[in-house]
Amino acid sequence: MTALSDVSLTVREGETVAIVGENGAGKTTLVRHANGLLKPTKGSVLVDGVDTRETTTATLSRKVGIAFQNPDHQLFSDSVENEVSFALRNFRFPEELVAKRLDWALNFFGLEQYRKSSPLILSGGEKKRLTLACILAWDPEVVVLDEPTVGQDSLQKEKLAQVFRMLQSTGKTIVIVSHDVEFLWPIQPRLLVMSGGRVVADGEISKIMADRELLEGARVTQPQLLRLYSGLRSRPATPFLDVPDARAWVAGGRAGRGVG
Amino acid sequence: MSATTIRLGGKKVLASVEGLSFRYPDSQKPAVKDVSLEIGEGEVVLLAGPSGCGKSTLLRCLNGLIPHMYPGDYRGGVTVSGLKVADTPMSTLSQSVGLLFQNPENQIFMFSVERDVAFGLQNLSVPREEMRARVDEAMRLLGISDLAQRAPHELSDGQKQRAALAGVMAMRPKVIILDEPTSLLDPKTALDVVSLIGRLNRELGITFIVVEHRLELLIPIADRLIVMDSGSKVMDGPPREVLADPRVEGYGVSVPPVSRLYNALSRDGVRLPRVPETPEEMAEELNAL
Ligand SMILES: Nc1ncnc2c1ncn2[C@@H]1O[C@H](COP(=O)(O)OP(=O)(O)OP(=O)(O)O)[C@@H](O)[C@H]1O
Ligand SMILES: Nc1ncnc2c1ncn2[C@@H]1O[C@H](COP(=O)(O)OP(=O)(O)OP(=O)(O)O)[C@@H](O)[C@H]1O
Ligand SMILES: [Mg+2]
Ligand SMILES: [Mg+2]
Repeated sequence: MTALSDVSLTVREGETVAIVGENGAGKTTLVRHANGLLKPTKGSVLVDGVDTRETTTATLSRKVGIAFQNPDHQLFSDSVENEVSFALRNFRFPEELVAKRLDWALNFFGLEQYRKSSPLILSGGEKKRLTLACILAWDPEVVVLDEPTVGQDSLQKEKLAQVFRMLQSTGKTIVIVSHDVEFLWPIQPRLLVMSGGRVVADGEISKIMADRELLEGARVTQPQLLRLYSGLRSRPATPFLDVPDARAWVAGGRAGRGVG
Repeated sequence: MSATTIRLGGKKVLASVEGLSFRYPDSQKPAVKDVSLEIGEGEVVLLAGPSGCGKSTLLRCLNGLIPHMYPGDYRGGVTVSGLKVADTPMSTLSQSVGLLFQNPENQIFMFSVERDVAFGLQNLSVPREEMRARVDEAMRLLGISDLAQRAPHELSDGQKQRAALAGVMAMRPKVIILDEPTSLLDPKTALDVVSLIGRLNRELGITFIVVEHRLELLIPIADRLIVMDSGSKVMDGPPREVLADPRVEGYGVSVPPVSRLYNALSRDGVRLPRVPETPEEMAEELNAL
């Protein structure tokens, strides 16, 4: 069985790319090629011009950080703080910086109280945040997150969206694999749709999400705000990106019609 | 005031939790703090709240993993289907209560998907033919029939979750407890699982207790939404009412965009004649403004 067939794509520096598609479509398999964890059996993968078959995962990892879909496959340390500092020390960050980044990451992801605890005792969502903390603490050029919102409540998701904005403003390249279309929609990434090991669409999320037939084939559904927009008789030129957007439009319409 | 009794109406109480507290060894604070609740036969109950608030711990108390498999400081009592959980062996409890783990990987361990789906059923005294039929049906409903002979470790994470779900559903226990059952599923499969829950509930009267962050999916079939925070139960009522309560967003409950918009419009003085549950209903309401 081949998990991926004939996939070609280019991700440019500073881009935000999201990948959606049915269970087993090949999303995880694809992103694991980004740091050489998997090497292609046919074709090639270049990261910053270097063929992943001609270098090591250790070298590539300095540039590309991948947070795994299943935290249990990533976490291995005896304590939360050692888990986060591992990569930092490995990449020879000065101790002061290690301490600073560690504090930031634990605070930001609400894990401070578990600093000395074993990662094994964390709740599902906490484990997931720890995997994100580990990657973001050392600030790689390319950030690959496989299903980062799994197990996260709305406050944590809002923080995650904040991280994306921060990474985008500092020119990082982001690849996010996610089934969470409600989370992806306001970020308005370039969207790749995968199905049966192939990339079946690649483009602006607003265009792709409007193509119901395409979505159906990849078992993806439309975000709520786009469904709302499609059902309106009179509507703005572009879909609502978030709730405040829709609220403002309703308020504007009422004012225009002299209601409220 | 006893909102629970009113809500349960004439329904028989199937599970009851009384003054339950649980603290894991070595942790300073209890993961579940003085929780009391009753669940009626045939209810679909959603459990939400911030990550780390104690949802999975409460579920473990309901199916008996706590106190039977997890040591710790246990106070209060839990009764499910007439059985006192702390005094009933896991093997007996598992005939009445099925639990889908948050991480499916901790639940599938046989050499084939089919074996895993059949695993729980084998311990119930179900005739061979019926077992075969139920396993096939569960695999079909979860879209994994063509993966039947695969080893579980050769599946994608979402396929693993589907296999684990098929195993729990095939058992058809009185109570099915699902810990984030759609967390790894593609959106369409997530919808399929929601309608499967609805069907098993209607047709077989199975009671469901479901922890889920993607509320927009489950709201349409839920009778009740319970919110926890820091180990305590903080809200409990019909989903519409709970979601319309301004406190709910503060507890990290993912209020679906349409409900958030409805709440925002209400604050702006826009009164819609009904509370829309879907984007399409919201569009109709706005078109009529
Ligand atoms: N085996 C364990 N040993 C010690 N502490 C634990 C254990 N499992 C969970 N905890 C702690 O108990 C608390 C509640 O965890 P629980 O898994 O019940 O949360 P949750 O609400 O299910 O979270 P999530 O939404 O992230 O899955 C957390 O502080 C967690 O770190
Ligand atoms: N370790 C493995 N050995 C063999 N086949 C595998 C393995 N892991 C995944 N597969 C198969 O490869 C294909 C692609 O899997 P992959 O994990 O990339 O899917 P995915 O798109 O990430 O799915 P999900 O949404 O469920 O995470 C699937 O058919 C899957 O069954
Ligand atoms: Mg995957
Ligand atoms: Mg949990």
